[in-house]
Amino acid sequence: MNFFKETDVVVIGGGVTGAAILRELSKYDLKCLLVEKEPDLSLGTTKANSAILHAGFDAPTGSKKALTNVRGNAMYHEIQEDLDLDIKWCGSMVAATTDEEAETLKELLARGTENGVPGLKILSKEEVLKEEPNLTSVIAALWAPTAGVCWPFGAAIAFAECALQNGAEIVRDCAVTGFVKEDGKIVGVQTDKGAISAKYVINAAGVYADEIAKLAGDDSFTIKPRKGEYILFDKTACTDLVYGIIFPTPTKTSKGILVCTTTHGNTFIGPNAKDVTSKEDTSITSEGMNEIVNSARKLIPNLPMGQAITGFAGLRAVSSTGDFIIGASEVEGLYNAAGIQSPGLTAAPAIAEDIVNEIVAKAGFAKKTNFNGKLPKTAKFTHMTESEKEAKIKENDLYGRVICRCETITEGEIVAAIKAPCGARTVDGVKRRTRAGMGRCQAGFCGPRVTQIIARELGIDVTEVLKEEQGSEMFFHKLGAEGDK
Amino acid sequence: METRVMNCIMCPMGCEMQVTIEAGKVTGVTGNTCPRGLKYAEDEITAPKRMLTTTVKIEGGILPLIPVVSSAALPKDKVLACAEALRNVTLKAPVKEGDVVVANILGLNVDIVASRDME
Amino acid sequence: MSQIYDVIIVGGGPAGLSAAHSAYENGAKSILVIERDRELGGILQQCIHNGFGLHHFKEELTGPGYANRCIDMIKDVPEIETMVDTMVLDVAKDKTITAVSPSKGLFKVQGKTVILTMGCRERTRGAIRIPGARPAGVFTAGAAQRMVNMEGYLPGKKIVILGSGDIGLIMARRMSLEGCKVQAVLEICPFSNGLTRNIVQCLHDYDIPLHLSHTIVDVKGKERLTGVTIAKVDDKMQPIAGTEFDIECDTLLLSVGLIPENELSNGIDLAMAPLTNGPVVDQRRQTSLPGFYAAGNVVHVHDLVDFVSDEAEIAGKFAALEAQGKLADETREVKISAIDGIRTCVPQKLSMPKAGEAAKLFMRVGNPEQKVKLVVKSGDNVLASKMMMVAKPSEMITVEIPADKVELMGSEITVGLER
Repeated sequence: MNFFKETDVVVIGGGVTGAAILRELSKYDLKCLLVEKEPDLSLGTTKANSAILHAGFDAPTGSKKALTNVRGNAMYHEIQEDLDLDIKWCGSMVAATTDEEAETLKELLARGTENGVPGLKILSKEEVLKEEPNLTSVIAALWAPTAGVCWPFGAAIAFAECALQNGAEIVRDCAVTGFVKEDGKIVGVQTDKGAISAKYVINAAGVYADEIAKLAGDDSFTIKPRKGEYILFDKTACTDLVYGIIFPTPTKTSKGILVCTTTHGNTFIGPNAKDVTSKEDTSITSEGMNEIVNSARKLIPNLPMGQAITGFAGLRAVSSTGDFIIGASEVEGLYNAAGIQSPGLTAAPAIAEDIVNEIVAKAGFAKKTNFNGKLPKTAKFTHMTESEKEAKIKENDLYGRVICRCETITEGEIVAAIKAPCGARTVDGVKRRTRAGMGRCQAGFCGPRVTQIIARELGIDVTEVLKEEQGSEMFFHKLGAEGDK
Repeated sequence: METRVMNCIMCPMGCEMQVTIEAGKVTGVTGNTCPRGLKYAEDEITAPKRMLTTTVKIEGGILPLIPVVSSAALPKDKVLACAEALRNVTLKAPVKEGDVVVANILGLNVDIVASRDME
Repeated sequence: MSQIYDVIIVGGGPAGLSAAHSAYENGAKSILVIERDRELGGILQQCIHNGFGLHHFKEELTGPGYANRCIDMIKDVPEIETMVDTMVLDVAKDKTITAVSPSKGLFKVQGKTVILTMGCRERTRGAIRIPGARPAGVFTAGAAQRMVNMEGYLPGKKIVILGSGDIGLIMARRMSLEGCKVQAVLEICPFSNGLTRNIVQCLHDYDIPLHLSHTIVDVKGKERLTGVTIAKVDDKMQPIAGTEFDIECDTLLLSVGLIPENELSNGIDLAMAPLTNGPVVDQRRQTSLPGFYAAGNVVHVHDLVDFVSDEAEIAGKFAALEAQGKLADETREVKISAIDGIRTCVPQKLSMPKAGEAAKLFMRVGNPEQKVKLVVKSGDNVLASKMMMVAKPSEMITVEIPADKVELMGSEITVGLER
């Protein structure tokens, strides 16, 4: 067997779970590598979700979801500074609009306390209105101070970059097509770029985790995609909406549509939940939009629909077991981190710790003494003081050219995002790292400029620059103008 | 005899006109509000003309393209051919607004001129 | 802070350049124009088609030609300084402007007066919530126009255009001239918002179908756009089930409206007009904040650049006069209400000096109309009127109230149509 890479551990899938696992692995004396089938990390569930770091009162006590959620939440509080993560610890409310719902809040409080969630309490109508004046129909709420909102792709990329600076490797545009086995034991993975040797393989393939497991001979679970649609509002809409995270009171059948802030002060409504057949179906539907608008109106009667800037949809990876699947598979050498739906973003660092601990216990890898958990801070132009801005432009004049005018993102920041260790190669990759194109014009103005900057920095033609996946080229040559650069 | 429906474009009214044509000549126009409609219909039937604006490649300029315009209206059925011919033209900067890019394009007695300066 | 300018103009498109020239002609001694793009001229530089300038320059020009005229008027004037590749980050209420550029870094300048001429932006897919997938190949028409006309790339080869305003129509012809196949232009309204001339010369000439009362109900394609599903809409603009059909395309261009660029105006809490989406101004184009003027598409979106120049000259004039202390006379406020068929009117108010002052009104009707009379009234007094054979929402109409009508003005005037 010819291996083009030799490793101890391969992680399949570059979502937030896979990236957190890679960082955890990089704390140990071993060779680890992450393969991602797309041109960028975080293109699956990590790309489109509620971005909430849940407190942990929701999942049944004792479940893997509950355990990793509460621990993961605490871990984010600890690593936020070192990884330069964008997190707003705004707390969350579960809002009750009827007496029956108010009763449910007590159940949630009891479950949360049992799960080990700190600081939970029930707020009166007056206390709610003090924080959220638009929640006029709410009569009580469960307050969870440890909840927050984060920048999910930023978290995945930060985990990945931390892993890279500690010797891990990432190969993008690399899809796993099979496993290499000897005597029933996994010794490597087969990819469309060639075979990679590995003693242990961690399956963090999101909605495709069941198909990856099956390739290895593990058909103990299935993953079904469940779509969630969202509508995002302009930053100015918060005064008509909410400043924090507002869940409706869950019913037996649904967690309901939330109205929620983002780390950068936008507000969104969503998600609905619809089982779909295709694991690629992230289209938004009229019915879905209507559903979330109508549901959100129960909490905020006057939604400022004129200030909506985009709609999007993500797929949850719903496992057949009902809980996260974390740990050794029946196939020797394979470890699953599968069925990671909500609260997976919150749980990711705890899932990573659990799964890596299990492998370390078996393989006896030694902990590194020189693990560097601190990432260099990214220079964000809008957050700088005027003197910092002046100094930055003096050091690099590209910080003096604003490319995305909605979010005030400079060419300097875009170039830095492209040149970073796990750098952006696509227009949406730049968007996720810098926010260029995330504003109210949704890249209408800066999209073509970002395309040209990517082409220049990567030394490729403008016509080769992708929006997102392979095949998502943005521009073509003019007729009779082949070779124009 | 043939009847054609066309919109007059001489003013914002945009009158919808029924034009009868015999042997390539306009023999009747209805629906027009003023005599300009008749004149427009006759021109459109006998010798329709259009201005052409497009771009040509330029080397050494601040942009890779320079916009150009026809110095007069071209026969309508030659517009696409002119645009195609201009795809194979490459200029060298500097160019001034009004500079002739292609003289007498396709022998139609119309020049193509630059519509801006390019340094 | 090195210098206090008489007039600082934010935005170097046709509005900013016309305002600068007018400010100079009206006596301003130091004028600064700040432009974020690499050259002056604004969006005109990408509008390479002709049809500009007939009103203002009395000759038919292309967009770049019009821009060149504006630039020529100011380029050798020592009183006018221009900065390109420079982005204004902040405008403060004390008229201090903070800007950045790669060559100058971060700097502040102060003006005695400020004219806002930032233009407008395009509405996007998210704003109109088109359902479906989100592949590459969906562009706003203006972004595509810049790539095609200035940067040298095509957004695709098989095109569908949503929106039949002039930008959509012009792009249909432009893409056809580039050898692309324009499959259809779709319009949700029962009428096109473009000029008849553009429908004839941009669509009919190239056999491009125009589907009125149709919209997109699905977008297909995972990586790159492969097609759209369209449907007929009812009179409430809701898709009618059963009327859907598919159109194959690799590119969807959106020409679904323009919105004034409000970021800086909101930053200084200018009073805003809900229907035009821009600042409230008086006949001098002064905003609700003394010393701040606004003109062009930042105030309300225009169809003719000629009117942009006209309005900007007004703003430039009064900003210059104020900077020289020549606007000291007291004024009284007269409110303008658009009624009976008139949807919007700029200015929204007058600041009338005792001696009177001519005021030019720029209006749009709500629906297409024929043979109507535009009447400007205060109480029963008619201040100005105009007969119109046709009036279309897409074509701005103007009327001037002469200065000597000040006597007849109460505290409120109305503009409306009489049928």
